[in-house]
Amino acid sequence: MSADSGKELRIVGFLCNWCSYGGADTAGVGRFQQPTDLRIIRVPCSGRVDPLFVLKSLVNGADGVLVSGCHPRDCHYSEGNYYARRRLEVLKRFLPVLGIDTRRFEYTWVSASEGQKWKTVVEKFTEGIHELGPAPVIDATMIAKAQILAATAL
Amino acid sequence: MQYLNELKEKIKENLPELDMVVGWEQGFDSLRASPLFMRTEDDVDKMIWGPLCVHNLATYLPSLKGKKVGVVVKGCDSRSVIQLLQEKLIKRDDIMVFGLPCTGVVSLRKIQDNLGSLDYIESTEVDGDSLNITVDGTNHAFKLEDVAANKCSRCQYHNALLSDVFIGDPITEEAEDEYTDVDEFEDMSLEDRMAFWVSNMSRCVSCYACRNACPMCVCRDHCVAQSRDPHWITQEDTVQNKWFFQMIHSMHLAGRCTECGECERACPVGLPLLLLKRKMNKEIKELFAYKAGTLIDAKTPLLSFKVEEDNINERGW
Repeated sequence: MSADSGKELRIVGFLCNWCSYGGADTAGVGRFQQPTDLRIIRVPCSGRVDPLFVLKSLVNGADGVLVSGCHPRDCHYSEGNYYARRRLEVLKRFLPVLGIDTRRFEYTWVSASEGQKWKTVVEKFTEGIHELGPAPVIDATMIAKAQILAATAL
Repeated sequence: MQYLNELKEKIKENLPELDMVVGWEQGFDSLRASPLFMRTEDDVDKMIWGPLCVHNLATYLPSLKGKKVGVVVKGCDSRSVIQLLQEKLIKRDDIMVFGLPCTGVVSLRKIQDNLGSLDYIESTEVDGDSLNITVDGTNHAFKLEDVAANKCSRCQYHNALLSDVFIGDPITEEAEDEYTDVDEFEDMSLEDRMAFWVSNMSRCVSCYACRNACPMCVCRDHCVAQSRDPHWITQEDTVQNKWFFQMIHSMHLAGRCTECGECERACPVGLPLLLLKRKMNKEIKELFAYKAGTLIDAKTPLLSFKVEEDNINERGW
């Protein structure tokens, strides 16, 4: 999945089937213009989103990750998003220690009727990621640099 | 070593009702202790107790499930026992906890940093708060607090929190733990932090000693690090894979880690693994006012929820 180099960044979106995916669909049916950096992965519920999905994406080259589910009290499975909220908040607060910018990860709630809101979320998040630029790539050069940096820091 | 005789007596007293008692004995040299599985009274006589008893013996409990097991614990180890009980990974009736007050254990890594090599230890003596090590004919004296494990200087639980038999006088003083080490690390720039982990993880040999020594890592043969389905970690030897495994370990220990520091102690290349777990615990404490391994009846925060969370600010767009 190579991004259109120069212009586009790689953003992964995990959307719950019942609300946010429907919301994104509503935005599409309403023919709203949206940035095209986001690649959507549909999951049954935001409670399905293991924080490791997000971490694995970020470590392996995603520039941003967006998770979206039903509003609290609106979960199709009653309580999936409550668990998701706790996990994702913990994850968001955990990122700084890894040296990953917390702004590269965001979670939010969008319902199936909120096409306009979905457009706003995508625009704002994509804009934020473009301000940050591409994520650092962990390759041989980066590792060598890091080792030199660590050696001089001691 | 002051409570050793009393401890031995108590263990001998209870041994007939137990399949075994886990404690420590001297290892292959006088500095290293080694876990001891006591089945007979003769075994009990081999036992040692003191600042050299670094291992968290609670690690063995889940694999000994079904047997009647006694375990000797320090304050920090007792938190792991409590956490295992809370998660119903061991049965309260099957275990007998021998608790001790602990003033701190040594960090072999710190001693090694001072001595250069730990290969030629001739004798080791613990005398009050000093440690005398003879290496290659020369005597080296250390103050225990200088070579104590980092967790000991911020210890809040010197006495075993849970015990069937408590030996010795409880220690009343306790240190504050404000997670200053985590804050100091996070004062570094984002690039430096990532460089720190990338350079450290490039030294990782993927031996999984951190996982095997962890008392809360109970999946053993079913660990996701080695499973093909789900296939979280490939067989490639990359920094991403090794680093990602540490993220898995931290996430799977979120709200469960008792900060015994076994991961860091067991690491053969000395990676600062506890830092990740302490960061996680710091956030769990701030968000949910919860500390793992302190209450048997509590519920792990990530397995519960509140409809209106106290400390989570819903993101508005």
